[in-house]
Amino acid sequence: MSEPVLRVEGLQSEFRIGGQWYPAVRDFSLAVEANETVAVVGESGSGKSVTALSILGLLPAVGARIARGSVIFGGRDLVGLSEAELATLRGDAIAMIFQEPMTSLNPTMTVGDQVAEVIRIHRGTSRKAALAEALHLLEEVRIPAARQRLHDYPHQFSGGMRQRVMIAMALACRPKLLLADEPTTALDVTIQAQVLALLNELKQSYGMSILFITHNLGVVAQMADRVAVMYAGEIVECAPVAELFAAPLHPYTEALLQAMPRVDRDSAALHPIGGQVPPLTAMPPGCAFAPRCPLRQPQCERHPPLVPLRLGSGHSLRCFVRAAMESAA
Amino acid sequence: MTDTATPLSTARPSMALLVTLQRNRLSWIGLALIAAIVVMAVFAPLLAPHDPIKQNIIDRLEPPSAEFLLGTDSYGRDVLSRIIYGARISLMIGFVAVAIAMVVGSTIGILAGYIGGLFDQIVMGVVDVMLAFPTLLLGLMIAAMLGASLENLIIAIAVTEMAPFARVARAPTIGLKEREFVAAGRVLGFGPLRIMGVHILPNMVSDVVVLGSLWMASAIRTEASLSFIGLGVQPPTPTWGGMIREGFENILTAWWLVVFPSLAILLTVLALNILGDALRDAIDPKLRSENAA
Amino acid sequence: MSASPAGGLQVRHLTKHFRLGGFFSGRRQLIQAVTDVSLDVAAGASVGLVGESGCGKSTVSRAILRLTEPDAGEVSFDGTDVRRASRAVLRGLRRRLQFIFQDPYSSLNQRRTIRQTLEEPLRVHRLGTRAEIRERAAAALAEVGLPPEAMQRYPHEFSGGQRQRIGIARALVLGPEMVIADEPVSALDVSVQAQVLALLDGLRDRHGLSFLFVSHDLGVVRHFCETVCVMYLGRIIETGPTRAVLDQPAHPYTQLLRDSSPVPDPARRLAFARNDGEMPSPADPPSGCAFHTRCPHRMPVCSERRPELKPSAPGRSVACHLFD
Repeated sequence: MSEPVLRVEGLQSEFRIGGQWYPAVRDFSLAVEANETVAVVGESGSGKSVTALSILGLLPAVGARIARGSVIFGGRDLVGLSEAELATLRGDAIAMIFQEPMTSLNPTMTVGDQVAEVIRIHRGTSRKAALAEALHLLEEVRIPAARQRLHDYPHQFSGGMRQRVMIAMALACRPKLLLADEPTTALDVTIQAQVLALLNELKQSYGMSILFITHNLGVVAQMADRVAVMYAGEIVECAPVAELFAAPLHPYTEALLQAMPRVDRDSAALHPIGGQVPPLTAMPPGCAFAPRCPLRQPQCERHPPLVPLRLGSGHSLRCFVRAAMESAA
Repeated sequence: MTDTATPLSTARPSMALLVTLQRNRLSWIGLALIAAIVVMAVFAPLLAPHDPIKQNIIDRLEPPSAEFLLGTDSYGRDVLSRIIYGARISLMIGFVAVAIAMVVGSTIGILAGYIGGLFDQIVMGVVDVMLAFPTLLLGLMIAAMLGASLENLIIAIAVTEMAPFARVARAPTIGLKEREFVAAGRVLGFGPLRIMGVHILPNMVSDVVVLGSLWMASAIRTEASLSFIGLGVQPPTPTWGGMIREGFENILTAWWLVVFPSLAILLTVLALNILGDALRDAIDPKLRSENAA
Repeated sequence: MSASPAGGLQVRHLTKHFRLGGFFSGRRQLIQAVTDVSLDVAAGASVGLVGESGCGKSTVSRAILRLTEPDAGEVSFDGTDVRRASRAVLRGLRRRLQFIFQDPYSSLNQRRTIRQTLEEPLRVHRLGTRAEIRERAAAALAEVGLPPEAMQRYPHEFSGGQRQRIGIARALVLGPEMVIADEPVSALDVSVQAQVLALLDGLRDRHGLSFLFVSHDLGVVRHFCETVCVMYLGRIIETGPTRAVLDQPAHPYTQLLRDSSPVPDPARRLAFARNDGEMPSPADPPSGCAFHTRCPHRMPVCSERRPELKPSAPGRSVACHLFD
């Protein structure tokens, strides 16, 4: 088996609150293979966005830090790299797109110049050549009348179009890995479908991997090859997409799926999960989900590790109770 | 299946002001100075060594000495005592004028912002014209029209400071008017008066109050200037501006007549500015982040 | 217009256009936010109003309550003409017809305690003595599942889901018969959304409330509403029982909307049908049928003449030339 494009091991990112360090992401280990889309799904407070920022070294300089772990990309550990070294990677081999395209695009530069800028910084080409390449990219992301729109400013584009511009910028240097942090959350559902289709197509034609962060399980089902479910800063379940949806094992994954009303089926009674996510500053020592879990047992006072269910299955689980049930079965 | 036992986070007392004072050393100085000046004004009869209006021709134009710590003026009156009593007038004028300006100006601003349309345009047009006048010129015109007296001085200064408050009150009103909790109030049947007074005003009062501190400093400066010109409180009542006016004739020989009242004005204005800045720091980030959260 | 059934809401030909710009500022534009919208909400019923951003659904919800004044049309609730109601009559109507807002972070006044927020409507409408008001407010809070200690707190001390519950309590404290909810769960996480939906379910059953439920999320609307109206660029283009409309959409836009809504089932990956094109601007709507620019079934007549909303099957209406 070839080396994965990205391998994160034991990542722990912390924030300083009131003078003390608290982990927002703990024991995060994940590998992304070539041409694979891995979805990281979780609700607010799950740590999914912090994970993406940590991978690219984009945590705020003050009050946040990567406490331990490694992020191996292209044979190097990104955690130890300097800002200058990371800057050469960002936008080049690893790209990132964000949720809110209006704030990610510079309102005072034309769209063509912004895309060209990425190319010039990393490839050192002339302005003319970079602009030509930018035009080509805008056409690839299917912006109508791209030649004229090269000279337009971000505010002249709709939300969906701006997101395509962001994708064009991200893809400008043919990255091996694309981090997408809730890229369609702010978009209407029909536009979301367009952008997701575009991402899928480009992934095929560019041969890249995507780490897709979202809270929307429906989007996960559409895009992902593998899924990692996060709760309170940890991965609680990780599985190939078909298996996760057909037979979710972690009580939180199950509860999340049952809490979602579906457009194609009647969901007579939604089963909400009682309680709330524990705050960073008051994380229980044992299983973080135990206080809300219907299957809670005394053993859940200990902190469960993330273990693969069966060797080679690719399905890992962080739950004593269910793991025991599975191995008994 | 609703959650009946939703745990609440522990209540966090709102001590933004004290926290800022703790963190910002300079604000302590401002607060201390103002406190000292207020104390001085309040306890003037106890603190002043001499009667501020008692004339004493024998001792006129004496430089600072043991008996007259800051010297005497051309009528033999003790400068220190006059400064201490002068604090009363200056502070009162500053405070009352700003209070009037704040109340009237903010009301105009809130009404303009809330009602909008033509009313807003006309009112703000007038406000802008007032803002275009240099403060002193406006105050001068009004004081000259009304005649020089304590009440007229307060009115004149209040009028010059209304326009900035109107501007400062209008801007947040326009933003707050669109907020969902205001729409909620209307849906629940609250009338415009209640919405403006109970819902919009408290959410921007901090902006206005901060401005109040800074404009009080300006009011004191304006009072001094107007008194210097002779349009202020009439003698023998001691005011800092009036003292400078009286001492101006002898400025080359009796420097203490001008320097000490000027220092008093300087210190007061400085203290008010420092306090105003500290208030703005206290109010701004804390409550901004609470409003945003 | 026939008298509305007891306790029901009737909206006919509601229109609201916004004038932007003009004399001093910018180009003059007419935003045709809502045009000729008609719908009914019977007592005890839950009707969904769906569409994407810019379709006008939020404007409809606000215009019904006169939060923004409609330009034309009729709104009547339980026989009372809402549009022509005097201030006094409108005030009385406010007690019966309430609103839940979308954004839990701006729908509560940060400077007021929860007690003040919940008691204020009761005091304004003079519904009882101080003690009675206190009790009613406490009862409303308990009904939404928050503990009594919450009364002294301020909104910033609560999470988004809790704030939304407080907003619901505030809407219910006057004892309304009908609630207009504008995207009440859109700003919430899935698990919190489920909690709040369950809460609304329970309240609806207990109090026999009717709902006009505005949302862009078809799954939520399917769960909550028996009937649905689909809006596109300011007009209703399809109505009918929710299940039927979503399982067998008549209008091509409804089909597109349904097909684009992601389903948590990897076996049902969206065909990602050729769907290029975006919602046109409400300031410059296309001629004829507003959807014709994006419609896979476009015919020549579609750009010439706008289709009327007509019954296509029992209980269902559609505005599309395919059904003429």
